[in-house]
Amino acid sequence: MIKKVAIILITTLALTVNVSASSDGELLLKKNEPSEVKDCFEGLNRATFAFNQVLDGVIFKPVASVYRKLPSPVKSGVSNSLDNLSNLVTIPNNLLQGDFMLAGLNTGRFLINSTVGILGLVDVAQHLGMSEYVKEDYGQSLAKAGVGPGCYIVLPVLGPSTARDTVASATNFLGGDAWYNVTVKNDTHYFRDIDYYSSKVTGGINFRAKNYDSIENLQKNSIDFYASVKSLYLQDRQQKILNSEKIVNTQDDSDWEEIDSK
Amino acid sequence: MKIKYTIFILLLSLLGFTKSYSIQPDIFVQSTVNKASSVLSSEMSLEKKISELKLIAKETVDIKGIGFYTLGSARKNLNDEQKKKYAELFEEYFLKSFSSRLAEYTNPEISVEGKNVLSEKYTIVNSLLKGTNERPEIKIDWRIYTKNPDNPLIRDLIIEGLSLARTQKEEFQSILNSNEGNIEVLFKTLKEFSKE
Repeated sequence: MIKKVAIILITTLALTVNVSASSDGELLLKKNEPSEVKDCFEGLNRATFAFNQVLDGVIFKPVASVYRKLPSPVKSGVSNSLDNLSNLVTIPNNLLQGDFMLAGLNTGRFLINSTVGILGLVDVAQHLGMSEYVKEDYGQSLAKAGVGPGCYIVLPVLGPSTARDTVASATNFLGGDAWYNVTVKNDTHYFRDIDYYSSKVTGGINFRAKNYDSIENLQKNSIDFYASVKSLYLQDRQQKILNSEKIVNTQDDSDWEEIDSK
Repeated sequence: MKIKYTIFILLLSLLGFTKSYSIQPDIFVQSTVNKASSVLSSEMSLEKKISELKLIAKETVDIKGIGFYTLGSARKNLNDEQKKKYAELFEEYFLKSFSSRLAEYTNPEISVEGKNVLSEKYTIVNSLLKGTNERPEIKIDWRIYTKNPDNPLIRDLIIEGLSLARTQKEEFQSILNSNEGNIEVLFKTLKEFSKE
């Protein structure tokens, strides 16, 4: 098991070009700067993106268009349950990132919501005044440890990612996700494989439904939809890695300065 | 002495008078949003709504500035004629894209929640687009260019932390990169988009 994790980590290091032990905020910002992430496999990525768009048109979009019409309490219940399950990946990553207080808080959140909140359907923790839940994953932990994103990758079905995040997500299947462990990896008699896979598919549909209008709008008004999605994904990742709500370098002011001085 | 004093007072009042014309960025955003909302919720035809939204955008958005920002380092290689052509094409493209994006919303309710003065030139105004049954609440931040306080201008919309100007810039960059930096290809793409 330890061997497997070590292999994954080494592969990640090999895939990413700019590794450093520093986790300084500015360095993190620079390393994960969207314009710095290379699109090494652009041809293949664009082909996969086109495939994903077809898949979206055939499956995700039609299902999401029905799902979004469901009553709000149903949708928020589903959202809450999915968020609750994601705690099982967030908590180990809080620990990996040294956020022990947050790990404790999220453990409390998970226990309360799974019990009082009826398997996570109701976000009781939020009603009790707990801080807003922020998801963490193994890609973010590697980034915090100073691993650069490597190349931009579009995965079939799963969509945009980076070399670092793709390799890091394999940790979920190597014991890093307790939900996967109790559903697919081990026969617990309580859960089945289908529980895991259906939660993932529901997560995809939930995301598509929440962003239905934005995606349609973006697609209609983009002159290069692939480039727009890539930019938005990388901006979002940068923000998540920095755990920053403030606008992170959303504009290169030097560019504006040059325009202003003309 | 008295005349000097009177002149001094007059000058001060004039300064104060001039200052009173400066528009606070948050009020500017709220009034822009209100104008757009009243167009969108009106009974006008879609074409009329789009043309009204274009007028609002021309008044309140720094289209030329965004255009040159969006071009990135490629703007340094343009001659004056190309710059002029680009500015025209970008304005057409921007207005079409902006108005058709907004026209999708029938009655958006946006409330200004606060502001953060970044510098003399920039203020970020925070707002919330109210959620509906089909769409969650969305956080929208407005990057307002305040170099001329009497005439603030919108330079970017940051939706849930994602900058539209930056996305546009990377989109244009991708087109240029795929075509060996040939600006004519970008001109053609913009022209085709605006004609569609």
